Amino acid sequence: MKVTVCIGSSCHLKGSRQVVESLQKLISENRLEDKVLLSGTFCMQNCQAGVCVSVNDTVHSVSPETVEDFFRREILAKA
Amino acid sequence: MAKIRKFDTKVQYLKYKVLREVARYAWQGTLAENLLNIPEIIIPGKQPTMRCCVYKERAVVSERMKLAMGGDKFNPNVIEVIDIACDECPMGGYEVSAACRGCLAHRCEDVCKRGAITFDEHQKAHIDKSKCVECGQCAKVCPYSAITNNKRPCETACKVKAITMGDHKQAKIDNDKCISCGACVYQCPWGAINDKSFILDVIDMIRLSENNTKYKVYAIVAPSISSQFTYAKMPQVTSGIKELGFYSVIEAALGADMVALSEARELVEKGFLTSSCCPAFVTYVKSQFPDLAPHISHNLSPMAALAKYIKKTDPGSKVVFIGPCTAKKMEFQKDEVSPYVDSVITFEELQALFDSKDLDITTLEGTDLDNASYYGRIFARVGGLSDAVVQSLKEQGIENFDLKAVPCDGIEACKVALLKASKRVLDGNFIEGMACTGGCIGGAGCLTHGEKNKADVDRYGREAMEKTIKDATSVLSMFD
Repeated sequence: MKVTVCIGSSCHLKGSRQVVESLQKLISENRLEDKVLLSGTFCMQNCQAGVCVSVNDTVHSVSPETVEDFFRREILAKA
Repeated sequence: MAKIRKFDTKVQYLKYKVLREVARYAWQGTLAENLLNIPEIIIPGKQPTMRCCVYKERAVVSERMKLAMGGDKFNPNVIEVIDIACDECPMGGYEVSAACRGCLAHRCEDVCKRGAITFDEHQKAHIDKSKCVECGQCAKVCPYSAITNNKRPCETACKVKAITMGDHKQAKIDNDKCISCGACVYQCPWGAINDKSFILDVIDMIRLSENNTKYKVYAIVAPSISSQFTYAKMPQVTSGIKELGFYSVIEAALGADMVALSEARELVEKGFLTSSCCPAFVTYVKSQFPDLAPHISHNLSPMAALAKYIKKTDPGSKVVFIGPCTAKKMEFQKDEVSPYVDSVITFEELQALFDSKDLDITTLEGTDLDNASYYGRIFARVGGLSDAVVQSLKEQGIENFDLKAVPCDGIEACKVALLKASKRVLDGNFIEGMACTGGCIGGAGCLTHGEKNKADVDRYGREAMEKTIKDATSVLSMFD
């Protein structure tokens, strides 16, 4: 599973660093390192919806507050 | 003429007009058909405003067009002389002008320690060039200011002494000495020395990307941009760059944050280091102080470090650096940088690109540009890199290293520090070398140069969301 977090300016201002940190922690806690490839990108052309996180090319809107829910729903449940 | 206020000089304005018209046709894909019309678009009518006649003016414009289109492919240097634009300024050094009144006092004679001043039968002074050492004392004491120093502005600007007089008295650049800093480009009052432009490559890159569907074109902008385009807001400049067709705009200052961390570690490991951010400084050390070359930091420049990271996240993409610097146009062609950076343009050229599309950036809604920390952003002015290294040592918990930074701006200051270092008498262990006065904000590719540029950079630095270097870069290292 390929998870990509936007680290472009707009998403960065909305907290992409915190989102990446949380995802990294959650992936490790749930021992998903072998199944999930976490990476970054500069801009997904969807700045309004930031922080943009794509899971296998589907883009989701995530925030530092919703990242845990997002992880359970879109990553843990599907990995 | 409102536009002229965007530049320091009319020379820049003329250069900009040529770039703008070349770019205008290039976007339309009709440059070849319209090439011969451009000189007349820029120099209309029959009344000359700059030189002897409009035909000469148009001939010079044609030469400027060649540079706007990439310049002489057989000349490896990005700085070139336009022979027919060179005014062949006098260069005799101190000379007595017609203003000499043949006075009684002869202060000039008294002050000259070399006995180089003689007088003719009208009591007018003459300087014996075989004795004169160009000290300038005679000029200082003459009550009529009759003794003038005839030095070519290009030669005065060139602190590495790469400019001499050619066969026909025109300026000639010694490529072995030239560091491509662009000081002569900015100082020549005739605009006879120019940097080659790669705007056509950039326009092609954008056009062939088919709206970033074939590949993406990223723009990396230097932090000195905060002192430029002051007629608009910074977020509007960012929007303007995207409007040109770039996929995304990223701060070079983020690359500077990355460099600051590794440069601090390298410094501790090696004990003595010079910076590697400024390509003109690096070239200068390699050519004039080869013994010190091993001490140049092995880090890529912020531009190249960030471009390398972008290419890792998006293989196959293109990266264009937009900055104040003509020497970057040399740097990106080096083997160790060319895989990461595809082209380089200056702020001057960016302005020309905006206007070639009749894009008024002041009408645009802004786009945020915020990736880097305060420390990465202040790389744009002298001392910033040193401050960032101090901070990097602190953030990495390195306490047992006594950093003594020597920030140098302008090649003369760099030379002094390097000379001392080569004789092992430098009071310091880190040379921050910036070829331009004031640092990057003094770059030849800036639209304007001024006293408040440093304050602009510092303010922009303080506006960064991330306050520490580690916070700005941690997100990058997580993907390593």
